[in-house]
Amino acid sequence: MQFMLLFSRQGKLRLQKWYVPLSDKEKKKITRELVQTVLARKPKMCSFLEWRDLKIVYKRYASLYFCCAIEDQDNELITLEIIHRYVELLDKYFGSVCELDIIFNFEKAYFILDEFLLGGEVQETSKKNVLKAIEQADLLQEFQKVH
Amino acid sequence: MPAVSKGDGMRGLAVFISDIRNCKSKEAEIKRINKELANIRSKFKGDKALDGYSKKKYVCKLLFIFLLGHDIDFGHMEAVNLLSSNKYTEKQIGYLFISVLVNSNSELIRLINNAIKNDLASRNPTFMCLALHCIANVGSREMGEAFAADIPRILVAGDSMDSVKQSAALCLLRLYKASPDLVPMGEWTARVVHLLNDQHMGVVTAAVSLITCLCKKNPDDFKTCISLAVSRLSRIVSSASTDLQDYTYYFVPAPWLSVKLLRLLQCYPPPEDAAVKGRLVECLETVLNKAQEPPKSKKVQHSNAKNAILFETISLIIHYDSEPNLLVRACNQLGQFLQHRETNLRYLALESMCTLASSEFSHEAVKTHIDTVINALKTERDVSVRQRAADLLYAMCDRSNAKQIVSEMLRYLETADYAIREEIVLKVAILAEKYAVDYSWYVDTILNLIRIAGDYVSEEVWYRVLQIVTNRDDVQGYAAKTVFEALQAPACHENMVKVGGYILGEFGNLIAGDPRSSPPVQFSLLHSKFHLCSVATRALLLSTYIKFINLFPETKATIQGVLRAGSQLRNADVELQQRAVEYLTLSSVASTDVLATVLEEMPPFPERESSILAKLKRKKGPGAASALDDGRRDPSSNDINGGVEPTPSTVSTPSPSADLLGLRAAPPPAAPPASAGAGNLLVDVFDGPAAQPSLGPTPEEAFLSESWERWGRGMRTGAHPGHPVPLPLPPRFVCKNNGVLFENQLLQIGVKSEFRQNLGRMYLFYGNKTSVQFQNFSPTVVHPGDLQTHILSGLGQPPTKRVAAQVDGGAQVQQVLNIECLRDFLTPPLLSVRFRYGGAPQALTLKLPVTINKFFQPTEMAAQDFFQRWKQLSLPQQEAQKIFKANHPMDAEVTKAKLLGFGSALLDNVDPNPENFVGAGIIQTKALQVGCLLRLEPNAQAQMYRLTLRTSKESVSRHLCELLAQQF
Repeated sequence: MQFMLLFSRQGKLRLQKWYVPLSDKEKKKITRELVQTVLARKPKMCSFLEWRDLKIVYKRYASLYFCCAIEDQDNELITLEIIHRYVELLDKYFGSVCELDIIFNFEKAYFILDEFLLGGEVQETSKKNVLKAIEQADLLQEFQKVH
Repeated sequence: MPAVSKGDGMRGLAVFISDIRNCKSKEAEIKRINKELANIRSKFKGDKALDGYSKKKYVCKLLFIFLLGHDIDFGHMEAVNLLSSNKYTEKQIGYLFISVLVNSNSELIRLINNAIKNDLASRNPTFMCLALHCIANVGSREMGEAFAADIPRILVAGDSMDSVKQSAALCLLRLYKASPDLVPMGEWTARVVHLLNDQHMGVVTAAVSLITCLCKKNPDDFKTCISLAVSRLSRIVSSASTDLQDYTYYFVPAPWLSVKLLRLLQCYPPPEDAAVKGRLVECLETVLNKAQEPPKSKKVQHSNAKNAILFETISLIIHYDSEPNLLVRACNQLGQFLQHRETNLRYLALESMCTLASSEFSHEAVKTHIDTVINALKTERDVSVRQRAADLLYAMCDRSNAKQIVSEMLRYLETADYAIREEIVLKVAILAEKYAVDYSWYVDTILNLIRIAGDYVSEEVWYRVLQIVTNRDDVQGYAAKTVFEALQAPACHENMVKVGGYILGEFGNLIAGDPRSSPPVQFSLLHSKFHLCSVATRALLLSTYIKFINLFPETKATIQGVLRAGSQLRNADVELQQRAVEYLTLSSVASTDVLATVLEEMPPFPERESSILAKLKRKKGPGAASALDDGRRDPSSNDINGGVEPTPSTVSTPSPSADLLGLRAAPPPAAPPASAGAGNLLVDVFDGPAAQPSLGPTPEEAFLSESWERWGRGMRTGAHPGHPVPLPLPPRFVCKNNGVLFENQLLQIGVKSEFRQNLGRMYLFYGNKTSVQFQNFSPTVVHPGDLQTHILSGLGQPPTKRVAAQVDGGAQVQQVLNIECLRDFLTPPLLSVRFRYGGAPQALTLKLPVTINKFFQPTEMAAQDFFQRWKQLSLPQQEAQKIFKANHPMDAEVTKAKLLGFGSALLDNVDPNPENFVGAGIIQTKALQVGCLLRLEPNAQAQMYRLTLRTSKESVSRHLCELLAQQF
């Protein structure tokens, strides 16, 4: 996977994760272009599209779009489920997640993503294991607060 | 504001985010942000030392501001401080900030690397993972240099925790992708392969990705992974849906791992070991069988995960392309999906079937779905799905269904989205040509294309129809009649005028007998379009007119009247003016015989890969090429024309700078093969990178095989022994002075040359590769235009006066040329070699490796001078720029060597971006000196280059830009 973007129906970027080196300018350009392209698509359309040399896989959850760019030989359907598993992870961690959770706890959203995907590849698919890592960190935090 | 659910509440951060959200306007947001930035800055600079919590909070705020899209230019140091905190969350925020806002400040990098090093050595798995995540997220070369050697050790260490192994594997993958040279191969690689056997599914999942990437580059070293991957896959596929506990996803066991394993196997051919292969085939069959079972859940996640494995299985089956039974089963499965209610599945089925269509085992099975696919083209609401349907129709096309498919695609073209019209046009053109049984159908199809989507019919397409008509005399009369009719339309596309103009100029005589299309009628029909056309088309029409004078003497007076008109003779466009002047003179001074010779019908075009196909491949990228490569699918389909090179007539490609006034030295350009100068121009125009097939062999190899073929044929048939079209100059000679210039079965010509200032000396070596003597061996140099080449030595040593000579079998003779560059020039001098071999006359003409850049004198200058000069050359015509795809691997050292070979000096520390190349030099000619500046910007990500040339002379800028662009 080359990058993942989360943006709202209004086109506001909520999370961006880049797995290939790009300049800030390029990132902004890509984001603008993709947000526009994806938002212009109608609900029943297919979740995949060709874009430059890449394949875009996206899905909307409530007010948020999750959008991944994968390479030619990558599997579209399993990418769709990467998105879903990430949503499940967020949901489990925040307890029925909504866009506001991601806005106010953006750093957590990044931490969870890092446990799940690393360098653009799936690192750990078990929900239990991913959340265990995050909760351990929270416990450490609590522990530190006490002292 | 929602309650912060867990962990650390940073109240100040939440308040700030709320404030931003409450901003009513962009201005208000910026104001609030600036206030916050000022606040943070003062805290960071303040005398009071900040505690870890505050530091974390402020760093987090900065990160938030950056992610909103604002620039952040401070706070890095505070973030780096957080890295060495022993509080986990502080460290975590520090790493997050560093990962997102990498800064190339070397002092900082040293500190960051130190912190990472400490964490990697801490033996605290959570800290280790954080450090590994950071390396993977940044993934820079600096990171690679610092850690690439340590990570393999962590990955295979017996005492590493599972989570650390997972992060280490993917961290290493990222570094390997970025800089493979930094990752040392060694003993650890064997142990990595054995991670496929690891008990922890997460470790296997991470490791497979790494192994897949490694074995793409070193397939032999990782061969053992095949059997391990097969047995792992087999265990997963045959496990019950609950066996794998948390690794089961919606009743599908380990879908991500399965997909990755299937992907890994696609790096290799089918397993050689019969037992392994049997086990694998069993797996693949199981997956296909499961697809037929009723779903275990109605959730889309279940079917997606299951089908992800199914599609990856089908990819592997197609990759092997050796199991007819499996291929046909895969095709049937995809056939079911073509009518599925899920748009996603229809899309993927169309896409996957495209590759199945190119397998001989499943091509027929794919064809049975033609009606469904045509229906999809007509009824799908989503353009991306329609696009896939069009692709599949193209892929499944063969002689049996070509007419149906082409007519459906033509119909689709009328309503197709603008973005994909050009591609559809190319595909229709290719199919029509490839599967034409009678050529009238082909001609009709192309003319239809121009009618329906004229704007999207590229040069390649209409050149091609001209080439085919020229090469096939059975269709010429029909083509003339059809274009004549098409031109009757009150409004017809300019491309139609071009095709019509050319065809009537060549073959108008075939329909001249019919009074409805008598010569004067043909002429006035064409001329009625003249004034509405672009310069290029008008230039082409002028050439048609001169051909008419030759074909139909009765039109001479009328046409001379047209040429003589002030609007032609004094046309502001030099090309048009020149043509009018030359053609008018030619028509009045030349005798009928001369005219007939000069304007003789075009000879057949030599065969080569279809330029349209090459264009489509370029458009679709290399990935699509294999699917389009035809040979295999339909061996019986004998390409009508084999493929004609994209050489249209000279007329269609006016070059304003060419010396067209060939009346003095050579016949005018309308008869390209007849004149060295003009013919040369012709080849030159199409020699550019655009006409090079972008795939397969490197341009050099392509050239060799092609010139081989062309020359071989030319020699055998002796089609035009008097005036062979000069062979193009192999592009490598632009940057090189020595090498083999030409070779076929008989003769090898080698060259060695040196250049200084505006002078050059060239040694030519002619080797007789046969055992038979060449007789009357006579190499001569033809110098079109202004490039005077003085041959001071004749053949052999000592120089003899007589040109005629013998070259014994197996012998080599040498010739020395002295070259002086008087003015800048565009086309090289030609070398014409004639001899008799076994009694048969042989002739060949090729371009000498003398290009304008040979007279480059490198110039060193400081950055300041460079930029000053760069600014001085800022008129638009002084600059030539090209953006193009890399045809060779993008290697900085190779690029450097090529640029130096090109002749300019390479200037370091001029361009702020160290990836870019900047050069300067002066072209030395006797008459004038041309200062040249150049800049080459590689974009490794996009595999593209941008090349910019600025010189004081427009034609030189453009020419150098073209010469240099084809080198990369």
